[in-house]
Amino acid sequence: MNASAPVIRMQHVSKWYNPHFQVLKDCSLDVTRGEVVVVCGPSGSGKSTLIKTVNALEPFQQGTISVDGIDLHGKGVNLPRLRARVGMVFQHFELFPHLSVLDNLDIAQRKVLGREREEARARSVALLKRVDLSAHAEKFPGQLSGGQQQRVAIARALAMDPVVMLFDEPTSALDPEMVSEVLDVMVQLAREGMTMMVVTHEMGFARKVAHRVVFMDQGEIVVDAPKEEFFGAVTNERARVFLSKILAH
Amino acid sequence: MNYHWNWGIYWEASPEGTGSYADMLWSGLLVTLEVSAIAWVIALLIGAAMGVVRSLPSPWAKRISGTYIELLRNIPLLVQLFLWYFVMPELVPDAWGDWLKQMPDAPFWNSAVGLGLFMSARVAVQVSTGIAALPRGQQAAGTALGFTLPQTYWYVLLPMAFRVILPPLTSELINTIKNSSVALTIGLAELTARTRAMQEFSFQVFEAFTAATVIYLLLNLAATWAMRLLERRLRLPGYGAG
Ligand SMILES: Nc1ncnc2c1ncn2[C@@H]1O[C@H](COP(=O)(O)OP(=O)(O)OP(=O)(O)O)[C@@H](O)[C@H]1O
Ligand SMILES: [Mg+2]
Repeated sequence: MNASAPVIRMQHVSKWYNPHFQVLKDCSLDVTRGEVVVVCGPSGSGKSTLIKTVNALEPFQQGTISVDGIDLHGKGVNLPRLRARVGMVFQHFELFPHLSVLDNLDIAQRKVLGREREEARARSVALLKRVDLSAHAEKFPGQLSGGQQQRVAIARALAMDPVVMLFDEPTSALDPEMVSEVLDVMVQLAREGMTMMVVTHEMGFARKVAHRVVFMDQGEIVVDAPKEEFFGAVTNERARVFLSKILAH
Repeated sequence: MNYHWNWGIYWEASPEGTGSYADMLWSGLLVTLEVSAIAWVIALLIGAAMGVVRSLPSPWAKRISGTYIELLRNIPLLVQLFLWYFVMPELVPDAWGDWLKQMPDAPFWNSAVGLGLFMSARVAVQVSTGIAALPRGQQAAGTALGFTLPQTYWYVLLPMAFRVILPPLTSELINTIKNSSVALTIGLAELTARTRAMQEFSFQVFEAFTAATVIYLLLNLAATWAMRLLERRLRLPGYGAG
């Protein structure tokens, strides 16, 4: 792939849940390699839907999305293969409760990427170390705190060597004291140059590592601006109101 | 009541000349075990498959599994066994019908398959309920990792769904064992049939049915115990209440 081509290119994407309800309205967005894009907006504005169209978890009716140069709607596209290269982290972690932490990290490497047991295990062990959870390798998800589970979930996604990582409100289901341990991992990841698209209201995170901030409202991308501009002098009225609300507390 | 009790009857020779009455009941118990075991395997395999189909979003999948389940659940087991045993051989092409009728052990295979299909509808409902009870995000997580739909079911959804439904599956297993007694109506020499034969030969009705009652009870207690053991082995640390 051309190194400077966007990792995610979303053009004029529209989606309807039914003929009377358009959840995404003509959304266009590029995420280039190494870029961190934060998506924010009021509840119900379509942030989750937008991010889930990127790995085709949500279908869309109009427009085009390509990931690493591959058109999601292209002929003969192998969606599972494509998704394997896009890491996703969910609000509620979604670890597999019947598998140990290590097996959670191993399973897709082996069954999707076809890695040998030892190779997968080595990768998993290294990633667990990186998210500082080596001591919990043999535990089951139910034995971990929320913050620990989310770090395992990040490691599980990274184990697939993704070209881009998607996060859908990764800290909003966490107790406040656990938010920073997850954000720290994400900040480190961003600084290492991972391409990231992050739905979050953690503006501290956005300030620290985002390159661009996207503001959505009622299914539309209302603002798409460099971080400095967004926090400095955002001119959009709706975005200003939203920002003042979430920054107030 | 002018009844002549004889608890020693079990050790007396039966008129069949193949051993004692106890041997007779024992052979019936073995047949009950075999029929129930085969029926249970069929019920689990087809039930799991139909339960998965029922959990798919496609309206066609729901229609197919719905029809299957309602048909098998709403026709009495006895009628189903009669349909498989007496009616089906007449409906299929002659050659197949002859093969079915001449099959050695026809009552055995009819009972095992008929009972298995009957129970599979009930297992299917449990399986789809178990799948529906899992968080929606589990499937999304499997899909996002690059699993195909069958892989997502196999590696992510089914292992948890089966854990969720183990308690109701225990009662379905016991239902399978109990329902196997219906097979006596198509001539299978299972435990209830052998009990009736003992009663008819010996006129010791109480002794015969006391034995059957105790054996069924022990059998089902053993099945319950085995399933509890399985439940305990599959219990996940820190998960749910357990
Ligand atoms: N399966 C669905 N069918 C119909 N409407 C849906 C469905 N899923 C989501 N919606 C609606 O689409 C809109 C956008 O939902 P979405 O989850 O993308 O919003 P969001 O910005 O992520 O909100 P939140 O901040 O609460 O997570 C909402 O109005 C929601 O009610
Ligand atoms: Mg959301």
